[in-house]
Amino acid sequence: MSWQKTAWLVGAVAIAAALPFFVYPVFLMQAMALAIFACGFNLLLGYAGILSFGHAALFGSAAYVCGYAAKAWHLPTELAILCGTAASGILGLVYGILASRQRGIYLAMITFALSQMIYFICVQAPFTGGEDGLQGIPRGTFLGIVNLSQSLNLYYFDLGVFVLALLLFWRIIESPFGQVLRAMKGNELRTVSLGYDVDVLKLVCFAMSGAFSGLGGSLQAFALGFASLDNVQWHVNGDVILMTLLGGLGTFFGPVVGAVLVLSIQNYLASLGGIVTIVEGVVFATIVMTFRRGLVGELQPRLGRLLRAWTRRGAVEQASVDIVPGAKQPTDVAGSRSVA
Amino acid sequence: MRNLKWHLTLIALLLSCGAACAQGIAVKIGVMNDQSSIYADLSGLGGVEAARMAIEDFGGKVLGQPIQLISADMQNKADVAANIANKWYDNENVDVIVDVPNSAAALAIQEIARQKKKLVLFSTAATSELTGNKCSPYGAHWTYDTYALAAGTARALIQSGALKWYFITADYAFGHQLQSDTTKFIKAAGGTVVGSALAPFPTQDFSSFLLSAEGSSADVVALANAGGDTINAIKQAREFNFNKSGKRLAALLMFISDVHSLGLKAAQGTILTTGFYWNLNDATRAWSKRFYARRHAMPTMTQAGVYSAVLHYLQAVKASGTKEPLTVMKKMREMPIHDFFAANGRLRPDGRMVHDMYLVQVKSPAESKGPWDYYKILHTIPADQAFRPMKDGGCPLVSH
Repeated sequence: MSWQKTAWLVGAVAIAAALPFFVYPVFLMQAMALAIFACGFNLLLGYAGILSFGHAALFGSAAYVCGYAAKAWHLPTELAILCGTAASGILGLVYGILASRQRGIYLAMITFALSQMIYFICVQAPFTGGEDGLQGIPRGTFLGIVNLSQSLNLYYFDLGVFVLALLLFWRIIESPFGQVLRAMKGNELRTVSLGYDVDVLKLVCFAMSGAFSGLGGSLQAFALGFASLDNVQWHVNGDVILMTLLGGLGTFFGPVVGAVLVLSIQNYLASLGGIVTIVEGVVFATIVMTFRRGLVGELQPRLGRLLRAWTRRGAVEQASVDIVPGAKQPTDVAGSRSVA
Repeated sequence: MRNLKWHLTLIALLLSCGAACAQGIAVKIGVMNDQSSIYADLSGLGGVEAARMAIEDFGGKVLGQPIQLISADMQNKADVAANIANKWYDNENVDVIVDVPNSAAALAIQEIARQKKKLVLFSTAATSELTGNKCSPYGAHWTYDTYALAAGTARALIQSGALKWYFITADYAFGHQLQSDTTKFIKAAGGTVVGSALAPFPTQDFSSFLLSAEGSSADVVALANAGGDTINAIKQAREFNFNKSGKRLAALLMFISDVHSLGLKAAQGTILTTGFYWNLNDATRAWSKRFYARRHAMPTMTQAGVYSAVLHYLQAVKASGTKEPLTVMKKMREMPIHDFFAANGRLRPDGRMVHDMYLVQVKSPAESKGPWDYYKILHTIPADQAFRPMKDGGCPLVSH
């Protein structure tokens, strides 16, 4: 089984490495940034069952912090990304402290209010450039060696960060911590009765979710070379929910697929002229009605069944093939012996 | 066997045609604007149509080969705009991007165009930074900017004797900038600012700001805001019968599409500066009627600006015999701009296209003779006074 997983992984990495020669690299970088953002959101909603409606601020403010660190403080790219990630992690913690004792619509409203506060700070604060945005963020170098101003170089750098982030995310959700999060989503009171401190769990979850969102925001800032108010605006709160739901809530790859889908609609249908938002709405309605658990949520089990059926058939054939030479072998051996 | 030969020949022919067709486009123009969000009426599909008209009027061909037009809806999102611009310049051989609303998107594309060494002609973008600190040898700003609108309105009103001003300002960088710029013109022209109110951005209820403005000794109440804020403020001013108080209402950033959505009853009496009005003279009327036949709306100044920019670009390509960006841009600066939009325009080295601007007052319903008859021209601001002098912009291209 393990060699199959390795084969999948190697195949996926090979495809990802070849992709920028077919698809525009800046688009791919933005897709990866949004995918990490959606994963962070999925940790909260899909695994812990907490609906935040204020993740735009975590994503967008990281883009500003990271961009400002690179532009004004001349920090190297890696450090600037860490700055953005850490800032959003802390902001996520603040979200958690203020909101995690509430639930349902109240929690959504508090997080929404917080994100609007951050939005207005970004509108007013001098370092964000207001409506003009923070422009001309230098992409810098990787470890002072690789020049990241080449889109292809930055793509491979981002790909590395993306794979590491996904592995980390996998590690988190498959750890005992992730199990407890799922338990909390299922039945919070019972989780408390088992001796877990739910409040602390939620805080940690908020901080982690914030950090992932911040990492996404930072990567986007470098990919595009600017940070703008669009990233902290309220509609991004909805966009990230859209991505997560389209892909599949609580599935590992769901948010990644959702992010790519939403970004593709926004970018590749732009030439249709004025009906992008309508198409987005139709796609959303269709998927919600026909794929209740999102694209990955519905397709993954079916694909899995298909794959299992296929491998089982393969195994049966293999077995039958084995039997025939197996049956022949002794006679052969016997024959050779007899010859000898 | 003969059949096979024929087929092969046909395939070869098709292939060679495919290759020839791929090379057979002289110039590719990409119109990028907001077709589904707040700037859709100001520019949007109308801007695309204006570019199409320019190409048709030019004859559809330049340098002996057809001109291709593509367009995209950037949904008023800077990241989408940047992505499309990158892709257009790199993968789709777009030679020039036209229009681009939203200052964050415009400044981002200015940088992208500079990196890729391709041209960009802004029409809907408002920020005067495009020809100031962020000016570029590859970028031109065609229709208007925040400076021209604020300066035009302030200077002309002071000349007409309205010396005391009161500001209702949107409380963020853009509003503050607009107020401080306008204040400079007011002081330079001998006027005074008697007070100001900072309204949060965005604001639904302007009543308290309007009441304090009404109570002041000001002659003019200036709205240093834009879009929905301007519309809300004007609507409420109308409900307070503001025009009866003898004070004049001046909008520092307002377009004919805003007037159209407000209606004359609410908007009447408002004073504003515009770069173009369809009912100015025979040339503007003739073009605007053609535009109206296609879009069922009169053109805004930014749509007319798109036409003018595209036409001038094509003329420059023709005159220079190449589409090499810097050569074409040099030609565009040398050639004066003569069309219905700009009778005596010229493109400055900092990228600013200077042309006459107009101070207008919105007509009352009684004065208006028909649909879209909205403006009374109060004053024509000559091209050399309408825009920020080159030395004040801080454009690195002209400072030495």
